[in-house]
Amino acid sequence: MIGLTHVLALSGILFSIAVAGVFLNRKNIIVLLMCIELMLLAVNFNFVAFSRFLGNIDGQIFVFFILTVAAAEAAIGLAILVVLFRERRSIDVEDLDTLRG
Amino acid sequence: MFATILFFVFAAVLVGAALGVVLARNPVHSALLLVLCFVASAVIWLLLEAEFLGIVLVLVYVGAVMVLFLFVVMMLDINVEQLRKGIAGYWPIAVAVAGFVVFAMLNVLVARRLGGLALKTAPALPAGYSNTRALGEVLFTRYAYPAQVAAVILLVASVAAIVLTLRRRPGLKPQDVAQQVAVRAADRVRLVKMPAERRP
Repeated sequence: MIGLTHVLALSGILFSIAVAGVFLNRKNIIVLLMCIELMLLAVNFNFVAFSRFLGNIDGQIFVFFILTVAAAEAAIGLAILVVLFRERRSIDVEDLDTLRG
Repeated sequence: MFATILFFVFAAVLVGAALGVVLARNPVHSALLLVLCFVASAVIWLLLEAEFLGIVLVLVYVGAVMVLFLFVVMMLDINVEQLRKGIAGYWPIAVAVAGFVVFAMLNVLVARRLGGLALKTAPALPAGYSNTRALGEVLFTRYAYPAQVAAVILLVASVAAIVLTLRRRPGLKPQDVAQQVAVRAADRVRLVKMPAERRP
């Protein structure tokens, strides 16, 4: 029988892999965006698991909205990435220092 | 019992694919492994009896978002070697942070702290229960306005993506259909009346 703990542990491991990925690939914006998608997936796991084990459908509605916003975020992020590559010929985070951040 | 084995198999696939996404040298491999991640997640969501979301994950993520990712990765001419340079120095802090996050999250999962919730088994669903129907009944009644807002967000995102990537090149001479249709003979041809000339 799948327990709540199993799913939550899986989600925690997935989230931490994504966090490690942000540190490891901190030069490549595309992989950074993929790591963000992984984090959102881990969060969705929590929502689905709690929704199932508490017998409350509202959590799944939230997953629905998170998927919507994540799709919008990916579309705009990739559009910005394409424009950026056109300007700079590079997707290295360290080249993005125009704002002196 | 079979469901439990399936859960652990796909959980292992999911964790392995996620590690692959993070560690792969080539962004194309990362994107393909991320597709595998989403498929494995969809299977686990099906096992958790969230059928509608499992299918939506495959349709929306694998079908649309990841195709977009792959398209962008392949369209851009990325110098992978230059991006990998100096990456080795970051793995200690990455492992430390990931270990801390895992420790913090698994710490919460001790049964005592979840208030006995962890020991609970999932409530049995009534016969003839449809996950899609249940979701739809809530989504279009109690969450009708948030659903509208989500629709507007998607519309704005698609318009924004098009506007951002639209490029006007100065040298280009495209057709202007409206101008072509609106043109009349009087604008193009000038008839001149003049007397006939005699042959010398």
